[in-house]
This record gives sequence, C-alpha cells and structure tokens, in this order.
Amino acid sequence: MKRLLLATALAALSGAAFAQDVVRLGTEGAYPPYNFINDAGEVAGFEREFGDELCKRADLSCEWVTNEWDSIIPNLQSGNYDVIIAGMSITDEREEVIDFSQGYLRPASSAYLAASADADLMSGPVAAQTATIQAAFVAENGMQVVEYATPEETVAAVKNGEAVAVLADKDYLVPIAAESGGALVLLEKQESIGDGVGLGFRDSDDALREKFDAAIKSMKCDGTLDAMITKAEYFGPDTDLDWGDAGKEGC
Amino acid sequence: MFAACADPKAIDGLTWGLCYLTSAKHVDFYWSFLTVLLLLAITAPAALGMGFMGATAARSHIAPVSWLGKVYIWMVRGVPDIIFFLFFVIALDQAIEYLKNLAVCDGGVWPWQGLEFRVCPEAKVPLAKSSAFWHQAYGFMLAVVTFAIVFGAFVANVIFGAMQAVPRAQLETAEAYGMSRAQVFRRILVPQMWVYALPGLGNLWMILIKATPLLFLLGVKDIVYYARELGGSKTQAYEYPHGDWRLWYFLGLLVFYLVFTRVSEIGIGKLTARLSHGQATSGGEALRKAAA
Amino acid sequence: MTCWETIQAYGLRSIGIGENLLPKSDFTICQQFTLIGSGMIWNLYFGVLALVFGFFLANAVALARAGRNPWVRKPADWFVFVFRGSPLFIQFFLAYEALVLLPKEFTLFGVEISTSWTTRAWAGALLVLFLNTAAYSAEIFHGALKSIPKGDLEAAEAYGLTGWKKFIRIEWPTMLRLGWPAYTNEAIFLFHATTLVYFSGFPAFAQKGDALYYANYFADKTFNPFIPYPIVAFYFILLTLLVTFVYGRVNRHLNRHLPSNTRSKIRLRPNLIR
Repeated sequence: MKRLLLATALAALSGAAFAQDVVRLGTEGAYPPYNFINDAGEVAGFEREFGDELCKRADLSCEWVTNEWDSIIPNLQSGNYDVIIAGMSITDEREEVIDFSQGYLRPASSAYLAASADADLMSGPVAAQTATIQAAFVAENGMQVVEYATPEETVAAVKNGEAVAVLADKDYLVPIAAESGGALVLLEKQESIGDGVGLGFRDSDDALREKFDAAIKSMKCDGTLDAMITKAEYFGPDTDLDWGDAGKEGC
Repeated sequence: MFAACADPKAIDGLTWGLCYLTSAKHVDFYWSFLTVLLLLAITAPAALGMGFMGATAARSHIAPVSWLGKVYIWMVRGVPDIIFFLFFVIALDQAIEYLKNLAVCDGGVWPWQGLEFRVCPEAKVPLAKSSAFWHQAYGFMLAVVTFAIVFGAFVANVIFGAMQAVPRAQLETAEAYGMSRAQVFRRILVPQMWVYALPGLGNLWMILIKATPLLFLLGVKDIVYYARELGGSKTQAYEYPHGDWRLWYFLGLLVFYLVFTRVSEIGIGKLTARLSHGQATSGGEALRKAAA
Repeated sequence: MTCWETIQAYGLRSIGIGENLLPKSDFTICQQFTLIGSGMIWNLYFGVLALVFGFFLANAVALARAGRNPWVRKPADWFVFVFRGSPLFIQFFLAYEALVLLPKEFTLFGVEISTSWTTRAWAGALLVLFLNTAAYSAEIFHGALKSIPKGDLEAAEAYGLTGWKKFIRIEWPTMLRLGWPAYTNEAIFLFHATTLVYFSGFPAFAQKGDALYYANYFADKTFNPFIPYPIVAFYFILLTLLVTFVYGRVNRHLNRHLPSNTRSKIRLRPNLIR
C-alpha cells in the first residue's frame, strides 16, 4: 500500500505521459552550420534536418533538447536525453564512456582563424572550446590553450586580441572569416583530428543505436545524406563524401 | 511579430532594430525575466518556511533535533553557495529518481552502475515522453528547492537570532499565566519576533535577488543565459546577423538589477516603518519624533 | 603514481608549475585533493589582495559618504549603490566585456601603454573583487561611523582634540571596532565569492583555475559530483575557520581597552553575499 502511494505521488511529479515512444535528441545549438538556434528560437542547421529525417525513417517520435557543451555527455548518462547529435567527433576517449553510431560526416578539417595570415601560434594562447578534440589537440601539441565555454566566445577572443588564433572545425570558421571583411583570416595550416562525426548513445542503449544506424545506412544508400550535406547553406558542394568503411557497402 | 519583419535581410535602420528586438528569441528573453521573478516569488516563502523550521529545531530542547538545526545553519555559512547549487541539483535529481526506482522498478537494482546512473524508464523524472514544458518545469523546481535549502539556512540564522532577542520577561509572563510551551511559542514568541527579524530578512531578500544569476549555472534558461546567447556575434546563417553586443546586453541586466534593488529597498523601508509604529525601539522612537 | 608523486606533479598546477596535462582517466582521490587544493591558491590570492586593497578604498569611501561636500558624497553614494545593488556575477561579465574593448596598445604622452593584461583573471577579476568588497565594506564602516557614541566625540573635543587628531585617535579606531564583526562576515563572504571568477567571463588560461574550476573538471570527467564538491567544501570550511580566527584576534585587539563585561564577541551573522 505504501509503495503504491509512493509510486502515485512520484508519478504525479513526472507529468503527463503519452502513448508513443518519444526519443529526445540533445544538441548544443551554438555551432552553425551543424546546429544552432535560429531567431525564432528553434533548433536549426544541418543536424536538425538530418535528425528529423532519421526519426522519420526509424519511425520514432523525436523531441529536440539543447544542452551546454560542457555537460552534454554527463546529461546523456543521467538520462536527460537519449541521443547526442551535436557535431561530436568519434574519439577513443569518448568511446570509453558512450557508444557512437556509424559516422555521418567525414572528419572535417580543423582550421586556425587568426587576425593575420602570419600569426605565430607559439606567440600566445590559442583558443578552443572546452572539452573538444581541438582543445585537447592544442594542449597536447605544446601550444598554450585557453578554453571557453561556447564556440562564439573562442572567436570573440581572437577578435579582441585575447588569443592569437582559434582552432575549430573549418566549416564553422569559414563563414566567420568571410563575413569579417578581412579582419579575420584562416591560416593555411590545417589539422585533421578525430574520426568523423557520429551520434552518441549510452552504452546500455544498443537497441536504439541500432535503429539509428539502420536509418543512417538507408540515408547513405539512397543518396539523401549526400544531397543534404552538399546543400549550400550547410557544407557546400565540395565536401568529401567518400564514406569508405563507415560506408555504403551492403546497400 | 509584425508584417514588416517578414524578410529581415531586406530592412535596415530603425525598422531592423524594432524587428530585431521583437524576434521570437527576444520575446523568450523578455519572458525569462518573469522566470526570475517567479523564482523569487516561490523561493522567498519556501526559504522562510525552511528557515522557520530550522530555527525552531535549533531552539528545541531535544538534543538531536537541536543539533540537526544547528548543523544546518552552520553548514551553509561555511561553504560558498555556488558549490551547493552545483552539487545539490545533481544529487537531488538522482535522489528523486532513486526513490522512484525503488517504488516502480522491479528488483530495486542499484542505479549507480560504473559511470552511469541508470534506472528503468518508468522511474525517470520527468518521464522521457513528457513534453518539453515538464522538463523545463522540473529543472526550475530543482533550482527552487536548492535555493530554498540554501537560503533557508540563512533565514534560520536570522530567525534564530530574532527569537533570542524577544525579551525573556514576555515569555516568563506568559508562562506565569499558565500557557503551555506550545502556546507561549505560538501566541507570544512568534508574533513578537518579526520586528527583530525584519532587518535581517530584508537584507536576505536583497541577497536573494542578487543570487538569481546562479540559475544560469543550473541550466535554467534565465536572463543571463539569454543575454549571452543573444549578445554573441551572429553570422549570416541567422536572420539578424550582428557583431558582439554582449556589453550592451549586460548593461541592460545591470540596470534591471539596480532598479529592482532600489524598488525593494524602498518597499522594505516602508514595511519597516509600518512595523515600527508604537514599538519601543529606536525605529519607533524616530517615527514618534517625526510625527511630533 | 603514488600520492606523494601526485602532489609533486599537481600541487602547484594552478599557477602553471608541474605536469602540463590534467589527468584524463583513472582518477584517484589523491589527485582530486591535490588539484583542488592547488586551485585554492587562486582563491587565497584573490581574497587576500582584494581585502587588503579594498580596506583602504573602503575607508576613503566611508569618509566621503560622511562628508559635507556633495561633489564628494554623491559619487561615493553612487559607487556603493552600483556595486552593492547588482550581482557580482553580472559585474564580472560586464567588466570582462568592457576591458576587452580597451585598445590593446596606445601611446599616451609618448609612453606606450599596453592593456592586454587587464582582461586576465589575475588582474581584471581582482579589480572587480576589489571594488566590490570596497563598496560593501564602505557601507559597513559608514554605518559604524554614524554609530559612534556622541559622548566619545564630545569628550575628545573637551580634551582639545580636533580635526585630524580627533579622527585618527578616536573616530577611526572606534569606527573599526564597531564595524569589525560585520566586516568579518564581509571577509568570509568575499572569500566565498572568489569561486565565481572562473564561472563568469574570465577564461582559464592553460587550464589554470581556482578550486571550483578543478572540482568542476573532475565532476564532469567522473560523472560523480559526490567527491569533488565536498572536497571544495572541506577546503572552504578550513579557510572560513582560519579567517574567523585571524579576525577574532584583531577584534580582541580592538576591544582591549574596554572592561571585560562590555567587550563584544564576534558573533557570526551572515549578512552579505553577492
């Protein structure tokens, strides 16, 4: 009887329940063209369109949730959402704590953005977002790293001279360099870090991961993924689409 | 919002400014001020309640209860409040889900498995199927409970002091009239304590106002979150691209807090004056002199 | 690594001495205690310097507020209002945004002045904390100044002490004595407020941060908040006890001339957090 009362009381706390299976997709919302929050307050970007398409193919009802980058993995572990879809690179360190789907974007190059083309990367701090592969790369390669919580702050640091350069995904930096009117330029040097971008799942959620894997595979096979990636507002027609192992065999 | 704002890239000047300030994200920003006010409106009485219980416990004649009350009051003073906020929210969330786990999941499997906190889907609070509103509301509620516990300790300290400040003669007279301890407490101590508690409580209200930016650290989308989000520079991928305007947004927040503080100061001053009428304190004396 | 080796590697990590990369896996309690302890160096740095410098400014502002000249009184009033009336968090954000807008290098009267150091936490955050504690302390001292018993001041004048002599021998010591308990609380809360530095605008360079910064790092990496946060709490309780002890000794010294039954003990009453 007591258990029943306790259960009822706690169930009352948890709000309305619906009959369908709702899967919650967690994203950062600060990293165009992957994901960002548009001026209407909604999640937008490549991953929004991609995620919605995956849910349709996997016959799941999906909801979008935004979360700060710093706590995106811990909150997956605690169950605040079920999938991380936030331009997250597949790395060994992350593999230890979560499971990844197959890659849906080839490893993007990371580029340096600086105030001038001959910036010396050793002469001052290099900015990167906290807990990203770029931050780890900067720290491990002898440069002085300064970390910021959001990608936008890393760029602001270069603009106002706090940092000599910022290391981030090239796709994120290209529009910023283009719109800066020459104030910010991409350096020639590029880095290739990480193993492609994948969806993150809890280790115990194999069934869900397989559903999404199947959906990604089907998108690769019929060409919709390639078409989506090469859209002008996302990554453009020159993106590398050779899937190799993560691939198209068995379509 | 307005028809003229349908194509933001085609307008400029004042129209652009007006459309920018009324875009959906900005409207969310304005609503977040209400989130802050709502937090204050709920936390203040909750903290008052917790503080009252804490002070009563600390004054109790039963040793363990008194010990509990005193530890509660002392503990929160020794440790920075931000640590409580960061730690408590996760701990409370896991505690609630653990309790629910015991009630509704079979077997009561220990949820802390390695690096994950795993409970069966029925035990998640709020349920995964619930709408975004419930998730936001739950996050907000955790923040309120945490604020109430932390500020409750400060309130308990103030009320404890106020209870000690009520003249013993009053309490002894009540006992002489044959009132039981509970009656003395209810009829004499508590009503008289408020005058002594008010300066401290007024001060705590001001402190509570200034603690609201910490909501942002708890993941609640409050005014600081929106100021950072809206102020950061935006590329053409957005409808209203602009440079780094965070300075202006933060200046706006500063003005909001200063105005709010000033209004509160005036309000508390008026309340103190009202409660000081006829009191044998320097405040009451000052009112009598002013009236004469 | 044994615990002693860990302490040698990370004990001074928060100021850049020691192992460059923070531990990424196989976290031990020793590592957590050591790194968080090394972060306390920053909290102490901010707290001590802000208090010491702030004390002088607070005295100046308290006197300005008690002055007769409105050109001196009004700015002091506004200074105290702005810094007491707004959250410290917002003050940090604003200061950072404002400081980054300063021109990085400019020439004044032929002297080249560089301002890039102002946005670093050790300078910018210290400036904000210094102004903040000065404002709160000024309010305390001003209140104490107003509650100096009239009799004392009249006795001083009867003895022929006027102006500066009266101030330095009677008014100022009495002001300190009356305001000291509240000032002790202010000091405790300033130390607590130093934990906000790396959570607001100021970034941590080369992962050098304060105690809470490292506690957060561990909580994020181990997904377990039940160890790092209590460790920070433990360090702060020790710090609070230390500050209480030191200020208590000063309080005894300030009250030494009073008969023992009227000496006021410091009773810790929290009255101010940011």
